[in-house]
Amino acid sequence: MPTLGAACLVCAFLCAIYASGAALAGRNGDRRWVDSARRSVFAMAALLTVSVVSLEVAFLRDDFSVALVADHSSTTTPTGYKLTAMWSSQAGSLLLWAWVLSLAASGVLLATRGRLRELVPWATAVLGGIAAFFTGLMLFGVISPGADSFPFERLSPAPVEGVGLTPLLRHPAMAIHPPMLYSGYALFSIPFAFAIGALVTRRLDASWIRATRRFALIAWVFLSIGILLGSAWSYSELGWGGYWGWDPVENASLMPWLVGTAFLHSVMVQEKRGMLRTWNVSLIVGVYALCLLGTFLVRSGVLESIHAFGVSKVGGPLLALIAVVVIGSAALIVSRLDDLRGSRRIESLVSREAVFLVNNLLLIGLCAVIFWGTFFPLISEALTGTERSVGPPFFNRVVTPLAILLVLFTGIGPLLAWRRVSAGRLWRLVGPPAGVALGVTAVLAVTTDAASEPAALLLFCFAAFALAAIAGEFIRGAGAQRALGGGSWTRSLATVFARNRRRYGGYIVHAGIGILFIAVAASSSFQTSSDVRLRPGQSATVGDYEVTYREPTASIDSAEQKLTFGAVLEVARDDELVTTLAPARNYYSSAATEGVRGFFEGEATSEVGRRSRAGGDIWAAMRPDLRPLDSQIDAADQRVERRADQIVRRAEQVAGTTPPPEMRAAVVSQLEGAKVKRLGSAYIDDPPPVDFRVNVNPLVIWIWLGGAISVAGGLIAIWPAPAARRRRVADVHAARLARDLGRA
Amino acid sequence: MDPDRKRKIRLGVALGTAVVLAAALVYVSFSSSSEAKSPSEVLAAGSGSSYKVTGVVADGSVSHAGDALRFQIADRDDPSKSVPVEYTGTVPDPFREGREVILTGSLEGGTIVAERDSLITKCPSKFADEAEEDPEHVVIEDSPS
Repeated sequence: MPTLGAACLVCAFLCAIYASGAALAGRNGDRRWVDSARRSVFAMAALLTVSVVSLEVAFLRDDFSVALVADHSSTTTPTGYKLTAMWSSQAGSLLLWAWVLSLAASGVLLATRGRLRELVPWATAVLGGIAAFFTGLMLFGVISPGADSFPFERLSPAPVEGVGLTPLLRHPAMAIHPPMLYSGYALFSIPFAFAIGALVTRRLDASWIRATRRFALIAWVFLSIGILLGSAWSYSELGWGGYWGWDPVENASLMPWLVGTAFLHSVMVQEKRGMLRTWNVSLIVGVYALCLLGTFLVRSGVLESIHAFGVSKVGGPLLALIAVVVIGSAALIVSRLDDLRGSRRIESLVSREAVFLVNNLLLIGLCAVIFWGTFFPLISEALTGTERSVGPPFFNRVVTPLAILLVLFTGIGPLLAWRRVSAGRLWRLVGPPAGVALGVTAVLAVTTDAASEPAALLLFCFAAFALAAIAGEFIRGAGAQRALGGGSWTRSLATVFARNRRRYGGYIVHAGIGILFIAVAASSSFQTSSDVRLRPGQSATVGDYEVTYREPTASIDSAEQKLTFGAVLEVARDDELVTTLAPARNYYSSAATEGVRGFFEGEATSEVGRRSRAGGDIWAAMRPDLRPLDSQIDAADQRVERRADQIVRRAEQVAGTTPPPEMRAAVVSQLEGAKVKRLGSAYIDDPPPVDFRVNVNPLVIWIWLGGAISVAGGLIAIWPAPAARRRRVADVHAARLARDLGRA
Repeated sequence: MDPDRKRKIRLGVALGTAVVLAAALVYVSFSSSSEAKSPSEVLAAGSGSSYKVTGVVADGSVSHAGDALRFQIADRDDPSKSVPVEYTGTVPDPFREGREVILTGSLEGGTIVAERDSLITKCPSKFADEAEEDPEHVVIEDSPS
């Protein structure tokens, strides 16, 4: 089965090369070559699907002759995680990237067959080239094992048991976080390829944008989901209680998201008014380069980070691809500058175009600042000779003002019309939401301690403005529809929604982002955090709450081979019990250290005790002080060895021959298991002191609720309109296209 | 004012603002940054400044003293050179001997005193060339006892 997968991978590589070549052969209009190239892309997608399926089957079957399965799965790994273990490896994730790319490329070529006859050959050639790069990179791992990129590498002899999945990754959010991110990165290949096609053929109107608009939106949605899942996992699983650490790999996924968001806005300007053409092609090149950079950073060892896994040979080729993409595209854009330059200019600063431009500048600014901080070790070394790095305080300081301004403009944008808005109309539009915002700010300043953090208060003010502005847009839209067609408010709202999915979906995205920013500001500026050391029965005060360590718990999970020490924490406010939390620490048997001691030298993960409410979270993590148990652990190991020796000697006497060494190993395993169980009981009978960290995080759950609202808004914007409306829109575009052609 | 001149002024203001902001960015980044050093480099540099130290947790060196975590951090390339560390704050889940860690701290009397919560442990290698194999991991049975 894995051999089939490997063979399909080779064939997919050949299909990718053929698709590129055939598309280029058909660039002057020979449809047979272009059709052949398209079919080759379909074939490549089918072949890669077979490859992926064969690898997953190997995982499900515990086929440890496949190196990936042996290194990332085991017989005791739960079935669901066996499937997701495929992309926890370098080679598996490259396969995923290539597969998603092939599916997306097939989709866009299917949608555009018979249309855009000049663009499609070039776009196909670019997509084929990228696919050839990724499949080639995987095959490169066959000749160069150091690259660790060939998914179907075999082990001979096949090990009996696999290493298993790292405990930290045994979490639903972590399981789907990588495919979400890779899908986002790979899907941005589509608008990029069509932009290149547009540049080469000088068809620089909005047709390349319209053909790939949905793909760009879907890419954005996937990236958003991936980033949100990553931060949700970090918050709920890792023992530090935060959701964003400004780690280079976190930033690597945020940067393409920021520029991608800028791109989604500025292409609207080109579609509606034909402006910003140079800007848009440059932006999509930037987005794509950042997507490739994101893929590269995790594998390169270039930056010190939690996730930088040391140098892999794959880093070099990826960096070369980024260089080719950036330099090649830049050269292409410069050579087409005359064709790109439009005649229209922004007429007024009080217009949607101007606001979108400001939004773009803010988003690019955010990306630039984050880029600077992320690569600062390299930059400072180049400039000053010593390597310096910056941490979260730097990022928070520079990002906050830009983020605050961004929130303001997410409110202003929906209010303004294209071209220009008169002063009187502006006042009528902006006045009511501004009034609401000022009112909310005043209430907050008076009734809470929000005024102690002026930056947060300012953000609350602007976010309130944005949300009020969007609500106003909904009311105005529904009201107009009601005036036209009668019916209730709800029905009018639904109608206006259905007829303007793109616009109202966008408004919902803005509302979600506004909520997300409010939650980020509240949970970071107004967080209470305490570290306390408690024995059972002791209490401590955290913010408004009193926290009592009621009793210890211990349990063993033989399926997951883990020992868990936990605590029961009672949280009370004003002498009334608010909630009971159960933080715990899991200890997994170690691969490196033997014996019972191995449990405490191996992987340990934190299980957080958390109570989430709309108003905020109470969060607790624990770490027991295991020194009192040290002597017990060592004694247990010694006793196991002595008993095992006894049993082996007995067996020798009975059988008359020396028993094989595997027998002793099996006996030791059994004895250690019993000792571990006894250790659990000892922990409860005589519990050592425990270090607790207790956080009170206001409004934090709204980060993910706000994010989910944004994603929902994005999905609404993607959703295709009914057929009749599509025909009408297509006619309008055809007329506009004809006019553009005439002008060009 | 004719539109062309207006546009030129807008462009000038925009570029000027960009230059000022860029200068501010450079200033803030250099002033809030800490230099990256390996443990032996920190020893050589002496006390005074705070550094970002990257290294490997030396085998057999981890101990707890009350609230604090104590261990030796060694150069990645040369494990024989190690420096004692005193750390308070959250200990990341993957922390253990042999793992690569990053922390921010300064040298005080031969020991690196780390900033609270500044310890980061690198995730065990997802993309390593060799993985550890364990043919005889401990078996815990579901037997009544």
